[in-house]
Amino acid sequence: MSAGARARIDTVVEFLGPALLIVLVAVIGSFTSAAREIEFRNALVNAAIVIALYVFIGNSGVISFGHISFVAVGAFLAGVITIEGQSKQFVLPNLAPFLKHTTIGSWASLGLAAAVGAAYALIVGIPLMRLSGLPAGIATFAVLGITYNVLRYWDAIGPGPLTLSLVPETTTIWVACGGTLIAAAVAFGYQKSRAGRMLRATREDPGAARAAGIDVYRQRLLAFTLSGALAGFAGGLLVHLFGSITTDQVYLNLTFITLAMLVIGGVASLLGATLGALLVSGLNSFLSDAENGVDIGFHLKLRGGTSFVVLGIFMALVLILRPSGITGGRELRLPRRRRPVTKR
Amino acid sequence: MTDVQAIIDAIALGAVYALVAVGIGLVFGVMRLINFAYGELITAGGFTLWWLRDQPAAVAILACFAVVIALSLAMERVAFRPLRRASPATMLVATFAISFTLQSIYLLIFGPRGNPVSTLSGLQGAVNIGSLHIRWITFVSLGCGAALLLGTAFILDRTNIGLHMRAAATDFRTSRILGVRANRVIAFAFLISGFLAASVSVLLTVEDQLVTPDYGVSITILALIGVVVGGLDRLWSATLGGFAMGFATSLFGDLLPAGSRVYLPSIVFGAVILVLILRPPGLFAPSRRPVERM
Repeated sequence: MSAGARARIDTVVEFLGPALLIVLVAVIGSFTSAAREIEFRNALVNAAIVIALYVFIGNSGVISFGHISFVAVGAFLAGVITIEGQSKQFVLPNLAPFLKHTTIGSWASLGLAAAVGAAYALIVGIPLMRLSGLPAGIATFAVLGITYNVLRYWDAIGPGPLTLSLVPETTTIWVACGGTLIAAAVAFGYQKSRAGRMLRATREDPGAARAAGIDVYRQRLLAFTLSGALAGFAGGLLVHLFGSITTDQVYLNLTFITLAMLVIGGVASLLGATLGALLVSGLNSFLSDAENGVDIGFHLKLRGGTSFVVLGIFMALVLILRPSGITGGRELRLPRRRRPVTKR
Repeated sequence: MTDVQAIIDAIALGAVYALVAVGIGLVFGVMRLINFAYGELITAGGFTLWWLRDQPAAVAILACFAVVIALSLAMERVAFRPLRRASPATMLVATFAISFTLQSIYLLIFGPRGNPVSTLSGLQGAVNIGSLHIRWITFVSLGCGAALLLGTAFILDRTNIGLHMRAAATDFRTSRILGVRANRVIAFAFLISGFLAASVSVLLTVEDQLVTPDYGVSITILALIGVVVGGLDRLWSATLGGFAMGFATSLFGDLLPAGSRVYLPSIVFGAVILVLILRPPGLFAPSRRPVERM
């Protein structure tokens, strides 16, 4: 087998890791009851959010606490714009006219959510991508704080402090699966592209990358915008999953839990992002169910409220035992026979 | 005279924030660790005060210090010591996980509605000086804040362990070669940090009596932002940053017209972004220093 063919196979295998995980979760979910299925759909949407985080944080090595802003903006826009005209007048009386009189379909709203996520990330990124380290983390956190504050009190663009409801619930298990696969494919395509490789070089050694002629600021901004688009898109999936959303759902808790998913899976690989999201979501669902009692060979019933304690301890333990995440930041690879060293 | 009143209140709140900032900054100095779970120490203190509400105030306060310091040391021993060599992102997320776990435990034990603490509620009383209406807690916050900051400065400046801490903060590896005991220095930093957290619990519960499972979160996040805005590399710039954050939050809250008061967080966060863009090393940090990478 030629080296080129082997490299191509390696690339396919790398993508198959996260893709098969996503499809597997969707297939299992489609066989479960309707009540259980929403947990699988939610896990997939979480994976889409974490993949969006990964595109920036994983490739650049710069931490961002602000990505849930893009999820929030995507979710609220996709929600507000798809509520049917008649009910919109009723639930959102103070809405700005152009939002009030426009209603589009769910598919188009996902594209719009991605576009607004990208635009917002670009605007925020232009000043902030010059920062790195903790100042970058805190500045992106400040963006999250502003987004939350404005969405919560400005009722011309959304429901304000109320719940946005009556959104069409169009994120079925296959839509969630397809959407997350699209996010994974975009993330994978980016990390294999020239720009993606340049950004990964800046992660390993910014000084050397700069010396090799890489414009660190430009590459970071590109990745930030792309991951903003994916985050907005994932927000669209999220709002169409539950049919309703509040500002508190897309604030601190989601920020922390998605970052934890990313680091637990392994921050430096797409496989890690996907695995971390699906694993933690799955564990979370299982533990919540266990509070009502489940049968797994024996009957398990947790006291109400213990599920989060167990989940938190699990996350801390994984980080303590495997600081670079479950995958150690590696993609899926075929086991390879070691060739004997030939003497010359 | 209401402006003077607002400024005095702002200084008192700033003093409490400065204590949180020192608690976070000390640990960051020796370990390069941002401890998001610091807020849960403050919450633990609040719950201890509530638990012992029928005991004399002195007993409750002593127990509060004991519990918070023990929890702070336990956190270091169980979670942060094994992670000392991990990447900053991993350490940070581990502190989220601990914060999340502790909050869930508080929720499980104490419920979501919150428990009122009235250990030192007598300090809510006020004295009138001219047209000013100043509550006792303002004086106590100022006094305790100043005393604790001076005490910390004294330890760092004049004692052996303080010297070791400063050495470790400047260059951890070299200081270990020169005989500074890493475990002792780090544990001591967590001890002082816990002591300060307990003081914050006592002071804060006078002002804000309802202790909920997420009681310490918002002050920690704001003080942490203040620390980074002020400049993390030095303790005094971090402290000033924390003070500035508390001061600005309180002052803007008092002075903004009622209609736009809901947008206060946006104004504060906007100012934070502006400062970080203009001076990434920190507002009070000496200029031309390399920025911490992460």
